Amino acid sequence: MKYRVIDHTADFGIHVFGFDPKDLFENAAHALFDVTAELGTVNAVDAIELRIIGDDWQDLMINWLREVLFLWTGKEKLGKFTKILSIKETSLISMIYYEPFFPERHVIKNEIKAVTYHQIEVKEGREGWEAKVIFDV
Amino acid sequence: MNLKQLDKYRWEVPKSGRMRVPGLIYSDSSMMKAVQKEEAFKQVANVATLPGIFKESLAMPDIHWGYGFPIGGVAAFDWDKGIISPGGVGYDVNCGVRLAGTSLIETDIHNKLEELANALHQGVPCGVGSTGAIKLSKKDEKKVLEQGSQWAVKQGYGRSRDIEHTEDRGCMHNADPDAVSKRALERGRKQLGTLGGGNHFLEIGVVDKVYDEGTAAIFGLFKGQVTLMIHSGSRGLGYQVCDDSLAFMTKHVRKLGIKLPDRQLSCAFIQSKEGQQYFNTMACAANYAWANRQILMHLAENMFLKAINISPKNLGMQLVYDVCHNIAKKEDHMINGKKRTVCVHRKGATRSFAPGHPAVCEDFRSEGQPVIIPGDMGTASYVLAGTETAMEKTFGSTCHGAGRVLSRKGAKKASKGRAIHRELADKGIFVRWTGRATLAEEMPDAYKNITKVVNVVHGAGISRKVAKLRPVVVVKG
Repeated sequence: MKYRVIDHTADFGIHVFGFDPKDLFENAAHALFDVTAELGTVNAVDAIELRIIGDDWQDLMINWLREVLFLWTGKEKLGKFTKILSIKETSLISMIYYEPFFPERHVIKNEIKAVTYHQIEVKEGREGWEAKVIFDV
Repeated sequence: MNLKQLDKYRWEVPKSGRMRVPGLIYSDSSMMKAVQKEEAFKQVANVATLPGIFKESLAMPDIHWGYGFPIGGVAAFDWDKGIISPGGVGYDVNCGVRLAGTSLIETDIHNKLEELANALHQGVPCGVGSTGAIKLSKKDEKKVLEQGSQWAVKQGYGRSRDIEHTEDRGCMHNADPDAVSKRALERGRKQLGTLGGGNHFLEIGVVDKVYDEGTAAIFGLFKGQVTLMIHSGSRGLGYQVCDDSLAFMTKHVRKLGIKLPDRQLSCAFIQSKEGQQYFNTMACAANYAWANRQILMHLAENMFLKAINISPKNLGMQLVYDVCHNIAKKEDHMINGKKRTVCVHRKGATRSFAPGHPAVCEDFRSEGQPVIIPGDMGTASYVLAGTETAMEKTFGSTCHGAGRVLSRKGAKKASKGRAIHRELADKGIFVRWTGRATLAEEMPDAYKNITKVVNVVHGAGISRKVAKLRPVVVVKG
């Protein structure tokens, strides 16, 4: 399991898992793509490179998902998957594969307004890495 | 944490730990159970730790869990020595409601509800990521951010009278478009005149009950009258302004050495460069939202005219009032007998200014400011009026709506096997929607009982009931 949805009264977010930070951050982007759109309708037709910095793992995760979300909310491109080229606690470089939005073909599932700092968690557990991120919807 | 019941409608969150003032929640005993279970009162306590807070950290009866501040939260900070926090306003800056009256009565439209529902759904851009019919140039966008609904009226979207009937005349004057990020501007250019998704809606209603004939008449409302209500905000531009501000404030607050129980409470002193930057960009987003609702009303009026083939004069659409319920404002309030300038944060709370207050438009100054409280799509909405008690006790504030009780998934589960639109149609309510899951997520059962919420604010005296509206057509994003 790459992630599960967190669903409380007013909260909507993701609980993400990964073997290592690279896997965790890729899965977090996948989760955001997956709650935004019906991924089966999206093709990877183009790619861009993103460089993200942060103060710590938590800050890096928020900034990463912020950029991933902006691809959709600001550029009207739907992400399919990401490939992280390098990652450490304060920075990462990644490719994002996407398709420009076609309203006739793509199915949008949720409007994610923003990635919040609310109860953010990124940590290494006994069985690998995990993160919890809450979205404003 | 022990909550202390003060009277029928108020619970105190006693001062403890780093709290600078106590918390105070307006509610009733049946709704308090959910507040306690959800622990939203902890967020009321968190807000009470912030520098410069006056009197109490308040929560309205529609309180529920939010990010940083609770939804339904009201807090006032010293203008000179206090803070301002994007988490005290929310992502959808100046999310708000406007209500317009018409000259029509229910029987004029009861055969045409389906046509009206279709026309509004087709003629008003709605749904996730919807873009508007208006493509703004960079120069015009700056004007929108500076002038708010006054820009929209100048472009022919509505009448000058609408401005008088909008909170703050639809414009916060401290707006500084040059401080708004490129990203926010980019998102804003495409979305003016769009409703958005989630809980935003357009609704045709009927005045079902009038509690105060005199005030209702002055507000332009009468029993059986057809009304139009619009619930929307600042769209992607507002979300981006909030997000940008949180990004720099989380770093800033660490430098200041303010210990926060939650990063989402990040803030800056109002008088600092960072505080001013947020306040002035938030004002841009607020102005964008007012222009947006002004344009939406114009689009809806046009669709109304087309659907029932009637002249503007015979439709007689007139804006009653437009209120915002996610905002931070510079206001003067009496605190311990002394007039103080404060920054009032209302996050899921509505201004409720008393009769005679200079900020209430002349037409309504004898009655108090109109307060528009939208309910869920199957029940009712209310029109209230502001009171002196609100000025004394809640920095001139009251509730904003019903507040969720079911999560989105919970609502979907509860709606399984049910045709929500048919259930509503059986009650005489025609619904149109865009998003696949919207209708289930926004079903009436997902919300608190609006009548209970309104009875608390009426009972506690922080606003008073004027009229109740019943929906007949609802268009969701």
